[in-house]
Amino acid sequence: MSAPTELLNVQIDGVWHQFQKGTRVIEACAQAGKFVPHYCYHPKLSSPGNCRMCLIEMGMPKLGPDRKPEIGADGKSVINWIPRPQISCAQDIAEGMGIRTDSPMVKECRHGVMEFLLINHPLDCPICDQAGECHLQEYSVEFGTAGSRFLDEKVKKPKRVELGPRVTLDDERCILCSRCIRFMKEVAHDDVLGFVSRGSHTYLTAHPGKLLDSNYSLNTVDICPVGALTSSDFRFKMRVWFLKETKSICTSCGTGCNTLIGTRQNEIFRQTPRENNAVNSAWMCDYGRLNFHYVNYPDRLKTPQIRENQGLVDTTWNSALIKAGEALKQFQKWEVAVVASARMTNEELWLTKKLIDSIGTSHHDVVPRTGKADDILMSADRNPNTLGAQLTGVTGEKPGSKLMEIADKIRSGAIKVVVALGENLKELGLTVDQLRKLAALIVVDILPNETTRSATVLLPSSAFSEKRGSMINIRGRLQRLNRATQPPGIARDDWEIIRDLIQQLTGSNGIYLIEDVFKQMTDSIPDMNALSHSRISDQGVQLVEETEEAPATV
Amino acid sequence: MTMELPAELQTRIDEVITQYPVSKRSAALPLLHLIQEHTGYIEEDAITWVAAKLDLEPINVLELVTFYPMFRREPAGKHHIRVCRTLSCAMAGGYELLDTFCKHAGIQRQENGHGAHLFKSEDGKYSIEFVECLASCGFGPVCMIDDDFYEAVAQEEVPQLLEKYQ
Amino acid sequence: MASTTRTAHPREKRIIFKNIDRPGWTNDIDCYLQDGGYEELKKAFAMKPQEIVNEVRASGLRGRGGAGFPCGVKWGFIRPGGAKPVYLICNADESEPGTFKDRYIIHQDPHQLVEGMIISCYAVNARLAYIYIRGEFPEGAKILERALAEAREHGFLGKNILGTGFDLEIYVFRGAGAYICGEETGLIESMEGKRPYPRIKPPYFPAVLGLYLCPTIVNNVETLCNVKYIVRIGGAEYAKIGKPNNTGTRVLCVSGDVQRPGYYEFEVGGLTMGELIYDICGGLKPGRTLKAVIPGGSSAKVLSVKDRYKIKSKQADGTMVETEIGLEDVPLDFDALAAAGSMAGSGGVIVMDDTREMVWALNNINEFYAHESCGQCTPCREGSLWMKKITERMLHGGGVERDTDTLKSVADNIAGRTICAFGEACAWPTQSFIDKFRDEFVATAGTKGNGNGSTNH
Repeated sequence: MSAPTELLNVQIDGVWHQFQKGTRVIEACAQAGKFVPHYCYHPKLSSPGNCRMCLIEMGMPKLGPDRKPEIGADGKSVINWIPRPQISCAQDIAEGMGIRTDSPMVKECRHGVMEFLLINHPLDCPICDQAGECHLQEYSVEFGTAGSRFLDEKVKKPKRVELGPRVTLDDERCILCSRCIRFMKEVAHDDVLGFVSRGSHTYLTAHPGKLLDSNYSLNTVDICPVGALTSSDFRFKMRVWFLKETKSICTSCGTGCNTLIGTRQNEIFRQTPRENNAVNSAWMCDYGRLNFHYVNYPDRLKTPQIRENQGLVDTTWNSALIKAGEALKQFQKWEVAVVASARMTNEELWLTKKLIDSIGTSHHDVVPRTGKADDILMSADRNPNTLGAQLTGVTGEKPGSKLMEIADKIRSGAIKVVVALGENLKELGLTVDQLRKLAALIVVDILPNETTRSATVLLPSSAFSEKRGSMINIRGRLQRLNRATQPPGIARDDWEIIRDLIQQLTGSNGIYLIEDVFKQMTDSIPDMNALSHSRISDQGVQLVEETEEAPATV
Repeated sequence: MTMELPAELQTRIDEVITQYPVSKRSAALPLLHLIQEHTGYIEEDAITWVAAKLDLEPINVLELVTFYPMFRREPAGKHHIRVCRTLSCAMAGGYELLDTFCKHAGIQRQENGHGAHLFKSEDGKYSIEFVECLASCGFGPVCMIDDDFYEAVAQEEVPQLLEKYQ
Repeated sequence: MASTTRTAHPREKRIIFKNIDRPGWTNDIDCYLQDGGYEELKKAFAMKPQEIVNEVRASGLRGRGGAGFPCGVKWGFIRPGGAKPVYLICNADESEPGTFKDRYIIHQDPHQLVEGMIISCYAVNARLAYIYIRGEFPEGAKILERALAEAREHGFLGKNILGTGFDLEIYVFRGAGAYICGEETGLIESMEGKRPYPRIKPPYFPAVLGLYLCPTIVNNVETLCNVKYIVRIGGAEYAKIGKPNNTGTRVLCVSGDVQRPGYYEFEVGGLTMGELIYDICGGLKPGRTLKAVIPGGSSAKVLSVKDRYKIKSKQADGTMVETEIGLEDVPLDFDALAAAGSMAGSGGVIVMDDTREMVWALNNINEFYAHESCGQCTPCREGSLWMKKITERMLHGGGVERDTDTLKSVADNIAGRTICAFGEACAWPTQSFIDKFRDEFVATAGTKGNGNGSTNH
């Protein structure tokens, strides 16, 4: 618990406020509802104070002959206004400080800085990705002047530089705020960017021998206030004002970085990080960020299929579900295995456990996925919901420990029916021939693979951006996914499919809406008892105590 | 780092690094000076060599080499002339001195649009730079040829000055 | 080196420049010792460091690099007994156009600097010090290294200096052609091996967060030499030289359209501008008249011969009297030049006669600042090159009517808005030239065209 913090009195535009000691002046202004335009300042990075856009008028308490502040008629210190404007991004508030964010001097400063930024800036707006979310555009309208007085030739710099495999740089657009350099050094721990040359000819670059290929390179595109650094993946694809932005989380590893999924007409165009100081600060890794293209792949599974003599044929949901149910009812419980996924949501996993219980089998597990943690954001667990799989009972303390036994029994014929939920049984070391020998292989998945091609019943489901639900990250935080796109064809929500499978076995279960699932789930799992849908904000909620293996926050 | 530096220079470099016990990075400029004195300019390998020597990233060294005009990325002429262009020398004939040097040293100056800055004679014997104030304003126009400094240089003096540098 | 023998003007008061051009003088330590060198060092070691700081404070010595900040006050910012080591750096990056004094101290009388520096280090408890010398003084760097080696040999540097228990090492650090390294925090960044971008203040005041974020004193060459003299005669005696608040001597560097340009050391305020130009420097060239003077290096605002300044002076009976004087009557001290709307700055006096075109002169200066701008902050980076482009276009016949007002407005948008004083340095020339010589600018930009004489930069 933090010690009680001291509150300091600060006057902003004539009104006295109180702020916590240690608050940056520019943040204090924001808290008071006074936005101060800025470029180089970023709350997560060091403050160089070079753009000069955040200049404001500042004053300090007037000291009397006894070196104590003089008190004015309003009971607050009299303010001595400093004649020179001061930047507000690099200093913390002090007791009795005065700030003016809107005076004629401040307006002049902003006019001046805007004019300077634009004299060498190329008029690229019609072809620049940043349009619509460009601070130069926005502040120019709000804080700049109308015409240009510049009659001379603009400075020419390199354009369209492949700074790395995922980032394209236009040096003419760059306003030399150095956010990207500071990010790469301070957050990504890969000091690869720098300024070369001098004065007005200065430009950003990487050393020719080294690329900007860090797994965090695309964060520089997020923080670039202008269109100098752009995502090569997103370049020229879509105007940002057409994008619908859905709050969700990344599902590429156990960290669960908070995201915004940018879509238009059911297609994902980009993902950007969403700030969450308990999870990912303001960042996400490139791998997770770009891991969405598969959602739009043309070979997404769209229609339920069942195996007949000639192979897999399209059918109706009803027929497929009935066929699956028959297969499950036909065999003994020890002849059935359920291989689920720690990429599923809690709701899906809870229903999976109900399915497992309905079948009565003890052959169930998830497929583990691990890699090397990078001490920044990427966790060693590459599944986004291992804790969820454990809490729901789909897997045990060591995820994947039952898979070898399941695979052996499939090979030996002891297991005759497998329900594969979002995992390719190739991961268990099984071959297509071995899968084909199964009496029934009920597969729920989104893209074709060896397992879907071997299925006897194939049920097309939803990708992460099409789901509503929750997941628990490796640090025990429960976070929500929201639906950004609709699944293709007549593919369905995974939770509905699993509910329908249970229904085939046990009859109606009264679950109609996902909220019903959520309620039943939270009622039945002790750690989740206190949860209600409204308690899970966009920032998630800490469900379980953080374990020691969790990596440090960024 | 394919660069080979003579043992003596390496010793000197190691000695210079000890003058900055708090941070090796401080030795970047001194090392670049030593290397340029030896090679005549800063080649690509030198940048990576200095970076490795001081536990820096190559970009950290490139940032310096491109900021400071005294560091050359390509060889100068056998003899390098610097003529001062700033106000007092300009008033005393600095621009004319530049032209006179160019004429006698056989240097054609072409503006390359970026303000930099080194022009060479065809035979490679001389190169010239129009530099900023060399701090002897009362005795202008001034120039330097290699490390030698000359004050109050009369236009007529130029040929005999160049004679000394063959 | 100097090809002409120069002798001091009889009216000069040569303290710091006592040995410059002195017949028979050589820059080795033997010559220096024979002349009584390093005696002040011994005297200083017999004092406590705080005593020396007090003497310097009492002396009223103001920095001779250009800012004129009281040296004793600067030293007083260093709290004794702090946890971090203290560093002292000699700013030998002399690059202010019009200034040429430190060059001669370094080349001809280096031990004066070394001795002054050792005393200063002892006073502020710096055990490791550097001389930042501009890269264009290669011979100067060699001379200083030799002087330091000689000082080491004689036990004036190194461990346990003269048995006092005080250790000190001084090294030479060469710059590489950047004027911004004369700015003390730019210098510190350069010494840390980074691009010399000046630091924001607050919080990076060198006395608190300087070199390696430790307390650091940066002093000019001439300032450090004065410290030796203050130790010799005491702060109170020193304060009697010059005027109150403008004490000691300073080396004035005169260049431009005078008969005898050169360096001259005078008591601060010991002569007027007119006396300097006409009596000391032999006046203007035949047939020419005075037009303008830049009194403190190119960063200082230009003064016109047509100016009239209201100067307040205290009379003997205590009353204040206001008189109106012209350029030639301005005393050459910090306060008077500030009151006249300029500054004493680095002491570089550039004299311009009636044949000089002001647009041409300003363009030359603008090009200097455009080259030297480090590029860190928006107004200076963009504005310095813009101002140069405007004056260059005007000179090539492409000026348009509004150029004069645009120029002035650009300068106004730079001064006071930047990280360091380079903003003022590059804006003041434009502001003052237009202020004093507006007609020339308007006439040069006479066309009503749209500026077709643009330049290719």
